[in-house]
Amino acid sequence: MLRLPPFRLHQPATIEEAAAILAGEGDAARLVAGGTDLWPNLKRGHQRAEQVIALRGIAGLGGIAGMGGMDGGAELRIGATAALTEVERHALVRDRFPALASAVESISSPVLRNMGTLGGNLCLDTRCTYYNQTEEWRRAISYCMKAAGSVCWVAPSSPRCWAVQSADSAPMLVALGASVTLVSAAGERELPVSALYRDDGMDYLAKRREEIVTEIRLPAASAAPRCRSAFFKLRRRGSIDFGVLSVAVALWLDGEVVSDARIVLGSIASLPSPATAAAAELVGRPLTEEAIRAAAEQSRAAATPMDNTDLDPRWRGQVTPVYVARTLRAAAGLPAPR
Amino acid sequence: MQPASGGAPAVTGAGDGGAGGWIGRPFRRVDGHAKVTGETRFADDLALPRQAFLKLVRSTVPHGRIRSIDTARAAALPGVLGFLTGRDLPTPFGILPVSQDEHALALEVVRHVGDPVAAVAATSEDAAQAAALAVEVDYEPLPTIATVEEAIATPEPQLHPYADRGNLHKVLSMEFGDVEAGFAAAERIFEDLFFYDGNTHLPLEQHATVAAPEDGGRLTVWSSTQTPHYLHRALTKVLGLPAARIRVVASPNGGGFGGKSDPFGHEIVCAAMALRLGRPVKISLTREEVFACHRGRHPVAMRLRTGVRSDGTLTAQTLQTALDGGAYGSYGVASTYYTGALQTVTYRLPSYRFESVRAFTNKPACGPKRGHGTPQPRFAWEVQLDKIAVELGLDPAELRRRNLEQPGAVTANWLKLGTVGLGRCIDAVVRGSDFQRRWGRLPPGRGLGLACGSYLCGAGLPIYWNHMPQSGVTLHADRGGGVAVFCGAAEIGQGSDSVLAAVVADLLGLELADLRLCVADTAFTPVDLGSYSSRVTLMMGHAAREAAERLRSRIAEAVAQQLGVPAERLTFAERRVFDAADLARGLGWEEAVIATEARFGTLSSSGSYTPPRSPGRYRGAGVGPSPTYSYSAAVVEVEVDRETGVWQPLHVWIAHDIGRAINPALVMGQVEGSVYMGLGEAMMEESAFRRLPRSRSRALVHKFPSLLEYKSPTCAEMPPVTTYLIEEPDPAGPFGAKEVGQGPLLPIPPACANAIFDAVGVRVDQVPIHPHLVLKGLEAAAKGQPARVGPTRFPEVDFGFTLKVPTPWQGGDGKASNDAEFERATGRRAERGTMAEREQALRAGSVEALTTKLEGTRGD
Repeated sequence: MLRLPPFRLHQPATIEEAAAILAGEGDAARLVAGGTDLWPNLKRGHQRAEQVIALRGIAGLGGIAGMGGMDGGAELRIGATAALTEVERHALVRDRFPALASAVESISSPVLRNMGTLGGNLCLDTRCTYYNQTEEWRRAISYCMKAAGSVCWVAPSSPRCWAVQSADSAPMLVALGASVTLVSAAGERELPVSALYRDDGMDYLAKRREEIVTEIRLPAASAAPRCRSAFFKLRRRGSIDFGVLSVAVALWLDGEVVSDARIVLGSIASLPSPATAAAAELVGRPLTEEAIRAAAEQSRAAATPMDNTDLDPRWRGQVTPVYVARTLRAAAGLPAPR
Repeated sequence: MQPASGGAPAVTGAGDGGAGGWIGRPFRRVDGHAKVTGETRFADDLALPRQAFLKLVRSTVPHGRIRSIDTARAAALPGVLGFLTGRDLPTPFGILPVSQDEHALALEVVRHVGDPVAAVAATSEDAAQAAALAVEVDYEPLPTIATVEEAIATPEPQLHPYADRGNLHKVLSMEFGDVEAGFAAAERIFEDLFFYDGNTHLPLEQHATVAAPEDGGRLTVWSSTQTPHYLHRALTKVLGLPAARIRVVASPNGGGFGGKSDPFGHEIVCAAMALRLGRPVKISLTREEVFACHRGRHPVAMRLRTGVRSDGTLTAQTLQTALDGGAYGSYGVASTYYTGALQTVTYRLPSYRFESVRAFTNKPACGPKRGHGTPQPRFAWEVQLDKIAVELGLDPAELRRRNLEQPGAVTANWLKLGTVGLGRCIDAVVRGSDFQRRWGRLPPGRGLGLACGSYLCGAGLPIYWNHMPQSGVTLHADRGGGVAVFCGAAEIGQGSDSVLAAVVADLLGLELADLRLCVADTAFTPVDLGSYSSRVTLMMGHAAREAAERLRSRIAEAVAQQLGVPAERLTFAERRVFDAADLARGLGWEEAVIATEARFGTLSSSGSYTPPRSPGRYRGAGVGPSPTYSYSAAVVEVEVDRETGVWQPLHVWIAHDIGRAINPALVMGQVEGSVYMGLGEAMMEESAFRRLPRSRSRALVHKFPSLLEYKSPTCAEMPPVTTYLIEEPDPAGPFGAKEVGQGPLLPIPPACANAIFDAVGVRVDQVPIHPHLVLKGLEAAAKGQPARVGPTRFPEVDFGFTLKVPTPWQGGDGKASNDAEFERATGRRAERGTMAEREQALRAGSVEALTTKLEGTRGD
């Protein structure tokens, strides 16, 4: 069988202790919460760790809380180590951010969602069919840029890595205007989730290496019913699979007229990809069939499908507007056409 | 669950089974409790004192000559115990006598990424893995072949020198009857190209082997294998030990599906390492290594041409198939013949021409997967029949009914059929799905598709020529009342243990708990050739029945004397032996055994089974014959998203001609399992390989050898299945039973394709039917172009000399009519490798003909 290589496991009790170990160990250390991403990656050897710092034992790093009471005017805080199952089932999440509950429900399988955490999902390593392979397989292609090699086999003349960011919660949290709290030995800062990602399959997080995601905050302005949101994930099978396209939509209406809109595509580039032009089509007009069609047509440009996931890349691009339109219709409460 | 009793007939020895009441009633499988509680010990669960761990160093190049293997760095690592390389095991092996082309570890040449090159043993699995990664192998690269077309274009260098031509492993052409006249008599001729992608078995259990040396230079090997007897032979050959010194035990397989029916290099290396180190050695493959072992479904390109009259009557057919075989022979010669052999057993084909080629490519070897070589042409045939029905304005079910083969018929290619329950299968699914009313009339995006299939109930011939039985069972009755049952058949999850127990318990009137089974152990059990070709229920069933009947007559004789009752009046039921005319008069089972042992001595019996001879006598006639054939029909209902091409099955109705269900619960499980696997092949499973840009790399790798990225359906994709068991007992089967392990897969992929056509008018002439293919067809239709997606070319290949075989209705005798020309044209003896040739050799007193022939075998 594929065995987990040996490493030293740290189990700090406080976030300060965790940050201190992380600052001290340098590149040899990795963080783990649920382990559903890190453990298979270590087994296949495309990620390595001499030291692993476990975050799940840290009190206060989990939990879900509505700040300032349950009324519609407050933000929601989700601890980084809250289990995905806990997030998708939480009443406040389901009532006020139902599309986030859908996005989280679409992650992997029920069993893995019991282990996986929301902070862990946000930091999910980018994926690629040239990368998520065993050491022996990667030797057979002389490795790739992201691990031990020099070429990105997805686009061999490209100077960059095209691995795909397929964290399902990420595009939804970007659309909802969420932010994350990052803690390091040097202090704490807050970053919009939209600023957490970089368009680079290797260096895919703007989070500094010594920083730990501790909390995800959802603004009150994005809560239902003020905001209408919807999420869709395209994947081969009804469970377990990483997405090959996801669509996250958040809409704000002023009467009949859309006052603001965000459409964010996931699993189709190295970062959650805002379909800005598509969203702009909607703003300032009512949510009509025509407006939805116009926005969907604009969304195609935000998708950069490459041949490094499941399913035909050309087809993934081709159906992007279809699924954007359907997700917009779902957010608008219109019936889905068949 | 207890068997119902009392209602069973009191007559013993009748065709309907004994009085035990086990045959035909659902009962809990005998290995079920152990499996669900984790008691079952699979090969990977075995752990012996001082056990060392083995890892293989596998090739990282697709084709290359080994320049050097440097183990120095690896040898210095902690825990390392020893290494083996190809030179330590130079004798070739392979499942078929005609293709002994594998080495346990590559001798000089590696032929695919993942080919085993060296082996290292260490005191822990971690240490062995670290050492395997530290072995340095230097290769001289050789040109690579990725497809059949490339194999045709690259005759040199040959992957194997014994190939029929260049890198074409097998090339064949045969004609049964006068195809030209058949086409001349046709009013319409349909010609289509099809492609069926390869796929893998995906058993949950990854292969594992444990080998332990014993005193006296002996060795025991436990392995997850479907064919312990063939592994025993391969070990004997490569290790150079007498067979009597080697014991092979097939541990319960956590799924096989054909993927564990070859002897594998890792099994042989594990045994050799155990002998080398003088301590037990274990190897457990990773999922990625299982993909390297492969032996999965061959990717097959097909050209199918069929002549019909306007009333739908078939007049002639020509089928050409091109198989991508991978780097080794495996079962490939048989697979090649199987892509044509069973084309004739469902509908009457008055004339038939079959031509095929199997190419060597630098990928893991293909072999037998559930349906072995037949799902591909069955897909082509059933989709083309759907096209014919639509073109001729006939109901697809009616077109099939009009051409049904008859029970007991001998087909154009000389296969002798048993009972044919196909008509009843069609009726059942047509009725169940309301096909006549709903086909062609569902709302847009919804559709129904019908397709049928047929499969062997055991291959008529053993893999190596011999005159011995294909299956044997021995029984030992203990004076304490227990019965020990010995049989070589391997339990691979299909339920063979349960069938074995049911047959014996039924005839002896015992409960299942009275029996102890010892199976698949070459030291203790009589040979059964293995769990492949859907042979076990039929062949082992016959052997078990014979053994139980012999034991029963012995006991009856003793009991008859003791009770003063005629032996033929004795009934065996409810753990008693009693007078059918006077139920109170009898002995308990234990007393009966004691009485018999006292009279005759230690009580045991044996039974065995050899299939009947097949009428075919031409070169190639050895592939296709079976004691009888199972039949299946299915209707699939699908929903297609017309904007994206995404489709899903909504319901499957399937009917299977089982002859007689020994355990209907197990039969239904096998039917549903086949439906699931067939849906996977239709929807998503694919044998995808990548080359990297040739200017930068020589790599040729499996695209995603992992359980997550190799897409196979989950329970979320599985639609409701309605199963109909069609019972029409076949005298060729034990209690009338036929196979169920493989046949029900066959109709599923074509039924899906036909349903998609019904839903959206798009013909996808290939599987898997990815959504982008359906969308491509929908786009073509929107532009007014033909809504057909599929291959547009068939490989340009010369199939060579055509062997002509007159059909039974032409007055043929089962032999080819142009053997002499064949021999002149090909330089090969026309009958070599066939039953006829073997029988001639036997008549001439050749001892060699009784054992494996290694013709065509050469080392590297």
